[in-house]
Amino acid sequence: MMPGPMGGPARAEAARLSAIFEATGAQAVDTSILQPADVLLDLYGEDIRARAYVTADPLRGEMMLRPDFTVPVVRAHMEEGGDPARYTYAGEVFRRQETDPARPIEFLQTGFEIFGGDPAQADAEVFATIAGALEGLDLRPSTGDIGILMAAVRGLGTSEARKAALLRHVWRPRRFRALLDRYSARTPLPAHKTALLAAADPMAGIETLPGLRSRAEIEARIATLRAEAETPPLGEEETALIDMIVDLRETAPNVLSSLRDIAVDMPAISDAVTGLTRRLDALSARGVDVETLPFEGSFGRTTLEYYDGFVFGFQSPTRADLPPVATGGRYDALTRQLGQGRAVPAVGGVIRPELVVQIREGRA
Amino acid sequence: MIRLGVPSKGRLMEKTFDWFGARGLSLRKNGNDREYAGVVEGIEGVELALLSAGEIPRELAAGRLHLGVTGSDLVREKVAGWDLRLRELAHMGFGGADLIIAVPQAWVDVDTLDDLDAVAAAFRRTHGFRLRIATKYHRLTREFLREHGVADYQLVDSQGATEGVVRNETAEAIADITSTGETLRANGLKILSDGMIHSSQATLFKSNTAPWSDAHRATLDALEDRLGL
Repeated sequence: MMPGPMGGPARAEAARLSAIFEATGAQAVDTSILQPADVLLDLYGEDIRARAYVTADPLRGEMMLRPDFTVPVVRAHMEEGGDPARYTYAGEVFRRQETDPARPIEFLQTGFEIFGGDPAQADAEVFATIAGALEGLDLRPSTGDIGILMAAVRGLGTSEARKAALLRHVWRPRRFRALLDRYSARTPLPAHKTALLAAADPMAGIETLPGLRSRAEIEARIATLRAEAETPPLGEEETALIDMIVDLRETAPNVLSSLRDIAVDMPAISDAVTGLTRRLDALSARGVDVETLPFEGSFGRTTLEYYDGFVFGFQSPTRADLPPVATGGRYDALTRQLGQGRAVPAVGGVIRPELVVQIREGRA
Repeated sequence: MIRLGVPSKGRLMEKTFDWFGARGLSLRKNGNDREYAGVVEGIEGVELALLSAGEIPRELAAGRLHLGVTGSDLVREKVAGWDLRLRELAHMGFGGADLIIAVPQAWVDVDTLDDLDAVAAAFRRTHGFRLRIATKYHRLTREFLREHGVADYQLVDSQGATEGVVRNETAEAIADITSTGETLRANGLKILSDGMIHSSQATLFKSNTAPWSDAHRATLDALEDRLGL
């Protein structure tokens, strides 16, 4: 029998974890279970409906059962928090399961978030604190850094429009790949586009235009497509460097040395690589064995979260059927989106107490 | 008795009756036309229930029907993890309809999902909200668009006359069922060249969750023999 969210052992584990986070000076915070749906929908789009329970209040409109704590904690911090600040929380989150009936729809999360301060130090502290809290369990860490890929895209020698399109799809690897293939002329321009761009007046014969999208918007897109067609393809070398970053899968020191080589040809990633070096030093200073720490260039790219820097997870190697016991990462961009112009560097992570209990019992 | 659910009215019912009839099984409504129970002649142990085609997926998933005839689109939309709970016994070759994504014909710059995604990004910047796609097939549409990495859209519910929403300015695009595309064209819409979400047809489903006693299984075997499955 899997311990439910109300199970005593899981509650006790959540309390133990909260105490560890509070001991670092984190302030215990709570959030409402019912969250306004519009904020989450605006951030995550339609996909969140597949993951979160939506309900409706006659006066407040659509509400969601909180799918995580990060968004409400960030909102509260951006409205009233000091700088720097650190928080911890514990409670139920709710997730719809559309495919796997074995996955729980309600489970506990105990979390730890740091706002402000030196990013490398904060990254290392969150990771090391969570690793320390999970000590004694046989778990395999994973790490990555979405910021390196984003820096590489920003450094491409191509149009701003292409870079913006690639950055928009960093979290959707399949579309990212399709865009990269098109921009590097690995896939030809579809016949529809060739014909459209060859037409003297692409809008000829269009008399009525139903709906909100105006003629000016269509013409602007055609102009964008023209400009795109005239932009020279990305060089083989540049796309090869992006491929190398995406495919990195090694221990952190080996990855670091590969990235330093890549940075020679792609100086745009130098700052991000320096950031990785400083993070690894900070992790090492906190007793993390960075020599064997795994690093994957694409780790964290398929999550719904808004991670845009350091990302990490802890998974049981013997219970690959279970979700990760802990996950986290840096989400600077999320604070900008929720902060109405203000932004604060922020990093955090969550542990799932039920999974800790389950793995600990399985081992005993 | 095995409970077989079939659509209770219209062409879908007639075609279903014809399909079983061609295989030597006569399906009939009981008594007058208003009654929703029927009989199956030509085999022992099968009882007929006439239901709305839209309710049959749920009844199959709940195990209240052993067998049922309905559109494959409805099963995929209404039953989460449908392939664990149901099994397709036969594609029946009628009731064909495609669930597709369509946009205004005037969008000369849009032909593929790739275009739709680019337009959605620009639309959100210009209008301050996500491009709206009207549909009643929320799950299928959302899964399809996620699979293909389309972002910055929102689904708005439309339970009927979906082709009219663009003209009424309640949505910019639609995801809807079409058999010939005629109604779409008449409403100034066109189908994306890679916008086929699901090609649906009437399908005979078996419920894995219904109680299957030895007697039920024997009846199913006999039925499958008769149907040539």
